[in-house]
Amino acid sequence: MIKLATQLAQAGVRKDERTGAISTPIYQTSTFCHPALGQTTGFDYSRSGNPTRQVLEESICALEGGRRGLAFSSGMAAIAAIMSLFKPGDHLLVSDDTYGGTYRLFTTLGVQNGLKFSFIDFTNIESWTEFITPATKAVFVETPTNPLIKIIDLEKLVKQAHQYGLLVIVDNTFFTPYLQRPLQFGADLVVHSATKYIGGHNDVVAGLLVTASEELGEQLAFIQNAVGAIPGPQDCWLLLRGLKTLAARLEWAERSALYLAEFLDKHPSIRKVIYPGLTNHPGHDLCRKQARGFGAMISFEVKSKAMVESILKKVKVISFAESLGGVESLITYPETQTHEAIPVNTRRQLGISECLLRLSVGLEDPEDLKDDLEQALDF
Amino acid sequence: MGRGTKLIHSGNEVDPATGAVSTPIYQSVIFAQKDVDSPGRWEYTRSGNPTRAALEATIAELEGGQYGFAFASGMAAISASLLLFSAGDHVLVSRDVYGGTFRLAQRLLPRYGFEIDFVDTTDLDQVKRLIMPHTRALFLETPSNPLMKITDFRAIATLAREHGIITLTDNTFMTPYLQRPLETGIDIVIHSATKYLGGHSDCLAGLVVTDNRDLGKQIGFLQNCLGAVLGPHDCWLILRGIKTLKVRLEQQQRTAELLAKWLQTRPEITKVYYPGLPDHAGRDIHFSQADGAGAMLSFRLQDDEQARQFANRLRLPVIGSSLGAVESIVSIPAIMSHASLTEEMRQELNLNRSLVRLSVGLEDFEDLQSDIIHALEGLG
Repeated sequence: MIKLATQLAQAGVRKDERTGAISTPIYQTSTFCHPALGQTTGFDYSRSGNPTRQVLEESICALEGGRRGLAFSSGMAAIAAIMSLFKPGDHLLVSDDTYGGTYRLFTTLGVQNGLKFSFIDFTNIESWTEFITPATKAVFVETPTNPLIKIIDLEKLVKQAHQYGLLVIVDNTFFTPYLQRPLQFGADLVVHSATKYIGGHNDVVAGLLVTASEELGEQLAFIQNAVGAIPGPQDCWLLLRGLKTLAARLEWAERSALYLAEFLDKHPSIRKVIYPGLTNHPGHDLCRKQARGFGAMISFEVKSKAMVESILKKVKVISFAESLGGVESLITYPETQTHEAIPVNTRRQLGISECLLRLSVGLEDPEDLKDDLEQALDF
Repeated sequence: MGRGTKLIHSGNEVDPATGAVSTPIYQSVIFAQKDVDSPGRWEYTRSGNPTRAALEATIAELEGGQYGFAFASGMAAISASLLLFSAGDHVLVSRDVYGGTFRLAQRLLPRYGFEIDFVDTTDLDQVKRLIMPHTRALFLETPSNPLMKITDFRAIATLAREHGIITLTDNTFMTPYLQRPLETGIDIVIHSATKYLGGHSDCLAGLVVTDNRDLGKQIGFLQNCLGAVLGPHDCWLILRGIKTLKVRLEQQQRTAELLAKWLQTRPEITKVYYPGLPDHAGRDIHFSQADGAGAMLSFRLQDDEQARQFANRLRLPVIGSSLGAVESIVSIPAIMSHASLTEEMRQELNLNRSLVRLSVGLEDFEDLQSDIIHALEGLG
């Protein structure tokens, strides 16, 4: 079995037998000629299937170790497709600390369509099952969570959830299959905002799903085709291009993240640093057990709300923008950006304070990032 | 700002109108003027395009020059640069160069009335002997392709300046992340950006950089006049490639060094050419002008047939005529990248079919090693 770094570098290679092209061809076509009436080449119409998209879907499927990979036009489109698996009356348990867009989708469109949601803290791994009702059909978790970077025990979660016949869905955006492969622990479905580390260059919006079973794959492929929220061939190709450097990018960004987390941890303007690579993180050992690294996302609280605006204005190398996982480092203010859709009281209950900032560490020289933070944090 | 950070940010100033972090792709041929009397900064994409300008500014900054130019391919960049010279000019070209450059120098430039001599630039005395009063230019590669010979930039640049000769170097193998020839006195740096700068085997491109204002003006004229420009989409892909250049090259270089040292211990391999090896002839000079040994290596098997079988038996590296990509690429230069050399030249360089060139990609070292073991152990 070849290693993940090799699989990544060669994603899509040797797929075009006709020409030998190393780079996957971009099939910018909406439709395909039929050889004859009642015959098909396997491709009919690009919404239903496109050769470039297929290479991407097969690649992510192999990387996650699943049975079926499916590509969507955004991370939210992928999550919306998952939501379409359920019917009125169904109940889902969702990690309380979750991306604001997911929260918004579930609590507005999901609720309008008759679904019920409970947002719970899965780090209480021994007691979360209390929330299960006869109508509960699935658990949807992020690990690490966003933005509080909590680590959920995948092995235990899956074991317990499966005892109750629940489907386990894991958003693996923060870690990617290079660091963590939830299907290995028995999860049923993995979702990605491929906009982040998989694309990796802050230049494509896309989502990916991988299923553990053929059957679930078929159901989601039906939804993908019926709803039609698919990414275009050019975007699929850019994601494949991103995959090729995923290992090299993540390794670099993670080294820098640990360095910056240690620096921030000692800084007088900082109240608290949340990074699983720090030994003071409550999920440090668990993360070490279920992932091959700690990722490159850091959250931290500054000492006062007044500092936030000044920091966001003063950073020069780091951009103040709402995303993560790209080559450029980005700093985000969850309060008004990624998590604004979550009601303020809920945010406070969760521990998302007005002083919390989230840093996506990119590929810049770590010294330059440290210097940039140092001057921005100088009060 | 460190070099590693420049790779991520330079030439990529956030679009002021929208804040877009990624450089916009201006897929536009023309740029409308307000009125007939007010030409804007941009007119016609052959003459200048905002996406191309971002790439040109990036490569100029990385190479430490003032003027950068993007071309449709590495050969378009080399041919435009050599057309700085004209009929009656004598041009020296390094012997051990890429086959495409050799073909241009041997077959096309003489038609324009150029006088060409091929010279071993690692031998300063030989260069001195070939300099004539009408010698105008010297073109070289270091490390050379595929034999990894090292030329001393500073010595060559000093000698050339004394004789009013313009020096041009192909920096494709090293990239500005590892080697910046302008800092050592070279006048013009050229890249096949198809290789490490693009880095993904998906885009052909050439780049030229100079710090000399007069040369910059002339190259700009040639770029616009000849029109071998790089399209906006390809410019953007090269910019995207440059953002991961550091992480790719650092990783590939680590793997290349491990492979080179290990290949030396294999009985099937008679010689390994890699400037990072302790016994490499040009090692000291190389490290006086570069920050690393790169990720290209060549090695020799017992004979032509063994090399052929070896290449065919490999399962991970693709067989192909390129380099510098995320995927490892293997080739037999004598019949591929250097097929356009004359037989006589190949013999003189000892560039026969037993020589294998490996461009080390981002695959895992152990996977590459076991693939090579498999290929070597099955040789007939």
